[in-house]
Amino acid sequence: MADAPYQENIHLHDPQSYWTKYVFSQDHKVIAIQYTITAISVGLVALVLSGLMRLQLGFPGILDFIDPGSYYQYVTMHGMIMIVYLLTALLLGGFGNYLIPLMVGARDMVFPFVNMLSYWVYLISVLVLMASFFVPGGPTGAGWTLYPPQAILPGTPGAEGGGIVLMLVSLVIFIIAFTMGGLNYVTTVLQARTWGMTMMRMPLTVWGIFTATIMALLAFPALFVGCVMLLLDRVVGSSFFMPAVSSMGQQLDHDGGSPVLFQHLFWFFGHPEVYIVALPAFGIISDLISTHARKNIFGYRVMVWAIVAIAVISFIVWAHHMYYSGMNLYLGFFFAITTLIIAIPTAIKVYNWVLTLWRGNIHLTVPMLFCLAFILTFVVGGLTGLFLGNVSVDVPLGDTYFVVAHFHMVMGVAPILAIFGGIYHWFPKASGRMLNDTLGKVHFWVTFLGTYMIYFPMHYLGFVGVPRRYYNFENYEFIPPSAQELQAFTTVVALIVGVFQLLFIFNLVWSLFKGKRADSNPWRATTLEWQTPDTPPVHGNWGPKLPVVYRWAYDYSVPGADQDFLPQTLAPVVATASNEQARAEGDKA
Amino acid sequence: MAVAIVLVLIVVASLLFNFLNPWWFTPLASNWGQMDLTLIITLWISGIVFVAITLFMAYAVFRYRHQKHRRAAYEPENRKLEWWLIGLTSVGIVIMLIPGLYVWAEFVNVPKDALSVEVVGQQWQWSFRFPGKDGVLGRTDTRLISAENPFGLHTGNPFGQDDVLVKSGDLHLPLGKPIKVLLRSKDVLHDFYVPNFRVKMDAVPGLVSGLWFTPTKTGTFEIACAEYCGVGHHTMRSRVVVEEEGLFQAWLHEQPTLAQALSEDAAETGDPLVRQGRKLAQDQGCLACHSVDGSPGAGPTWKGLYGKTETLADGSTVVVEEEYLKESIVNPGAAVVKGYDPLMPPYQLSSEELDALIAYTKALSDQG
Amino acid sequence: MSTMSDAGPKPLAVARGATARPGMNTQRAMKAMQTGRGGDSGWGGNDGEPLGGLPMPMAKVGLLVFMGVVTVLFSIIVSTYVARMGFADWDPLPEPRLLWLNTAVLTLSSLGMQWAWVAADRGQRGGVQIGLLAGGICASAFLAGQLWAWQQLSALGYFVARNPANSFFYLITAVHGLHLLGGLVAWGRTTGKLWRGVDVSLSVQLCAWYWHFLLVVWLVLFALMLST
Repeated sequence: MADAPYQENIHLHDPQSYWTKYVFSQDHKVIAIQYTITAISVGLVALVLSGLMRLQLGFPGILDFIDPGSYYQYVTMHGMIMIVYLLTALLLGGFGNYLIPLMVGARDMVFPFVNMLSYWVYLISVLVLMASFFVPGGPTGAGWTLYPPQAILPGTPGAEGGGIVLMLVSLVIFIIAFTMGGLNYVTTVLQARTWGMTMMRMPLTVWGIFTATIMALLAFPALFVGCVMLLLDRVVGSSFFMPAVSSMGQQLDHDGGSPVLFQHLFWFFGHPEVYIVALPAFGIISDLISTHARKNIFGYRVMVWAIVAIAVISFIVWAHHMYYSGMNLYLGFFFAITTLIIAIPTAIKVYNWVLTLWRGNIHLTVPMLFCLAFILTFVVGGLTGLFLGNVSVDVPLGDTYFVVAHFHMVMGVAPILAIFGGIYHWFPKASGRMLNDTLGKVHFWVTFLGTYMIYFPMHYLGFVGVPRRYYNFENYEFIPPSAQELQAFTTVVALIVGVFQLLFIFNLVWSLFKGKRADSNPWRATTLEWQTPDTPPVHGNWGPKLPVVYRWAYDYSVPGADQDFLPQTLAPVVATASNEQARAEGDKA
Repeated sequence: MAVAIVLVLIVVASLLFNFLNPWWFTPLASNWGQMDLTLIITLWISGIVFVAITLFMAYAVFRYRHQKHRRAAYEPENRKLEWWLIGLTSVGIVIMLIPGLYVWAEFVNVPKDALSVEVVGQQWQWSFRFPGKDGVLGRTDTRLISAENPFGLHTGNPFGQDDVLVKSGDLHLPLGKPIKVLLRSKDVLHDFYVPNFRVKMDAVPGLVSGLWFTPTKTGTFEIACAEYCGVGHHTMRSRVVVEEEGLFQAWLHEQPTLAQALSEDAAETGDPLVRQGRKLAQDQGCLACHSVDGSPGAGPTWKGLYGKTETLADGSTVVVEEEYLKESIVNPGAAVVKGYDPLMPPYQLSSEELDALIAYTKALSDQG
Repeated sequence: MSTMSDAGPKPLAVARGATARPGMNTQRAMKAMQTGRGGDSGWGGNDGEPLGGLPMPMAKVGLLVFMGVVTVLFSIIVSTYVARMGFADWDPLPEPRLLWLNTAVLTLSSLGMQWAWVAADRGQRGGVQIGLLAGGICASAFLAGQLWAWQQLSALGYFVARNPANSFFYLITAVHGLHLLGGLVAWGRTTGKLWRGVDVSLSVQLCAWYWHFLLVVWLVLFALMLST
């Protein structure tokens, strides 16, 4: 057993120059902001791509340069950027880096140099991916799922030029970056917690990010292997995944490989990946709700167990993405059962959030608004997952707009709302200023109602059977003309919502300079990050002495206490004769 | 207060939308109505859960909104309630799973008397094959696929001789009989999806996948590819025509068998180059996008094409002759006709094959 | 309404006449007031006591986590190997005898690192030097040997793309080799530290662990390739 928390006695890296303080910084807070800025920037690129896609779908042919090849390139890059380079990077690299040391009472991550490297390697992966826009043939248009044989065969954009190669190389580099980061997050949580901070006193944000990181360390190798093998198939002509094919009239040299094998590898990564995005979002929402409702999270222990259960089960559901892929049909029974089982811990979390609100003292701040919207959209998205997971119902609904609506609700809308809520919540700590409240509320309502109007009706196109990944729907008799009208409506709403995100960017930048100054704990929250001596926290976070933790993270509205929150660092006071009088005097003051 | 109202309105709007919107399943034309039923059960349960949770949340937001002197309760947990909720949720899960798995059990259990049909996908068209009188499909191998042998059949294989080949055009099926579809692909992943039949299965190169259904209504139903397969994915369509047994048999007899096709090849008169060109057009998938009878498609029709003056995307004009046609095959992006998407990938054909296609195109314009 | 300015925490008062509600949660509330352990069921550690997690140095924990990831990576490669093996076109490679030599060299490398570790524990600087040197040289020799084996196979016509067995061989040896190369980077830093007189006992131990880990991984992979 250690005598003291790890960072009580070590000498923290002490940067001197502008470059080592703000650029090649080893401070977790700077690294977090670097991740955040990069992720949001590349996310804006993906948002523009989605606008182009929606223009084509809503008003086919409206822009000449959006031909089928380009459309499928946008589809692919939009998806890959959003899932991997935005959501994963922002939740783990951004929120994880910023909050973990602060919430567990550490001075920094335990391997600061490796942590710094992880950001720069991530940036390189982003640049490699963006480079694919500029090579002959353009970026890959294989869909974010990159299925062979099409991903590397003629007929798919980017297959013959450098597009697919750059995508695969970029993913490999990303995985290396996130292994370096992940080592930090896991080891810091395990080893660098401060005095009194037991695992079961950690806020749920940390539990969410910690568990997601472990999942990432276990799941990304599968994507790594898939990418390397696909790269070899493309570059040297091996046949890991390539069967004998007659492509565009040519017999190719490949033989014997299995496209379904790629799908197993991809989804063994891909399904945990969506929970790697969801679990940090869950954690953030739990902390936001309890703070802004002034009430402890309902069922903390069950929430922790639910996070762990979801993480474990998520590794045995992957083939629900492959029910009709040509794999053995009997596997469908197994995966349908495990998939529906994972709904149970997930549902428990939803119940607990709502029960936290019950008998609370709900302040309808901007973060709280985002929490309410998160719960509603996550419930919709999660419920539609039940349709798709139930193997035989997946047959009519799979690869239709029902799937597109489902995954956007549950990955695109809900976690993004959690991210916005988190940023509005923690911005005062990171910058010392509040984000503008009015702008925040406008941004909230447009985003929430807008995305709901986009994706809720879309499910019904799925009921009709409108297939996904279609450039247009001309001459399909089973698709009524009204479906095209809905597409147009969706496009208009999507463009409006997209433009309104600029309001958020404006709010961020404007408030940095002109926002109302915040004190160190404007939300009166209990968790450690709000107890730093400086706001924003300086290098080393805590000043000369590490904080000491005496209680769990959710002592809100404790009966008998004067104020409605007890910070984790607040020691218990036992009434004695001598301090009774002091307290009586203090009360009068 | 306002927030609670908005939440309630969202629930009301969602319910109204659900019951009033015009988009619902395509009319069912097969035996898989049970999928619809399972879907509807799931929809009801999901709907009830959605309404319950959202209304509860709305009420909580209203009732427990911050007011002066309000103090939240202190409730770390409530084990009993949690167990009840877990139990209730599990019951809901089971209610959805049971019909879902039951239907799946039927789906994996192909009736023994099903009529086999092979569906072959390629970029970007469908072709079909019936086993013929002996009821057995002949052996195939991707390695044998060529212009003369688009199905990749082992031509010496006895079972294949009577196989009925439908290289392009619609698939006809008899009413009321179980049909077993065997799926193959020549190049990339495709998916045979017929919305009215509620069937969907990937066609994977290198393996044979399958599904079955029984058509229960006559009519024409669309096939749409449901696994992204390249830039022509959205144009890869065909149709299934379900008809009475008698009509079906009549249609079947009209289609060539392998034996007939082979002997026709041997006996065919007329310009061999044009013949070769026609075969190439069918087997390379050209006819998926270019019609020969003047009907519109993803690419310009070949009827009357040779010698025509076409306007290109950049506004210039060109007379369609040998040079332009050859360029359009090996480098189609170079000079696209105005009004068409640049979908077509390059085809690296030999000069003999190119000549054959030119000959065929000329024949279609009565200039051969 | 949206922000609650912090007026500063007031002194905590013990419940005096506060309305207590009956039930388990009240008892917890009281407990929270008195002991600060209201809702948690902490894993060990009384209030204010330090917790160090696993009782080992940070770098060791980091290495363990990393080795976990690498294990998953090789497990996946092995699973795909076994799956692919079942297909008809599998044509096993002849294993050049050079690979046996390389295996022996890698074992020597591990032995060298082990020697260095034991010497470091005993404070014998000389032993550490010898062990590290032997470990590093043999590891480099192993990598060179692997490259030579590649050369031999391609000279015999066993190119990477010709057959899945070939592809897997090159993939497996490449991934393993790259991880060993990374280890050599750590080895280089350790050797540098030794020259500067810094205490290297932890670094040497971690190098030794990693070397033994990669040796075991190689033995498993080698055995798998031999048996098919």
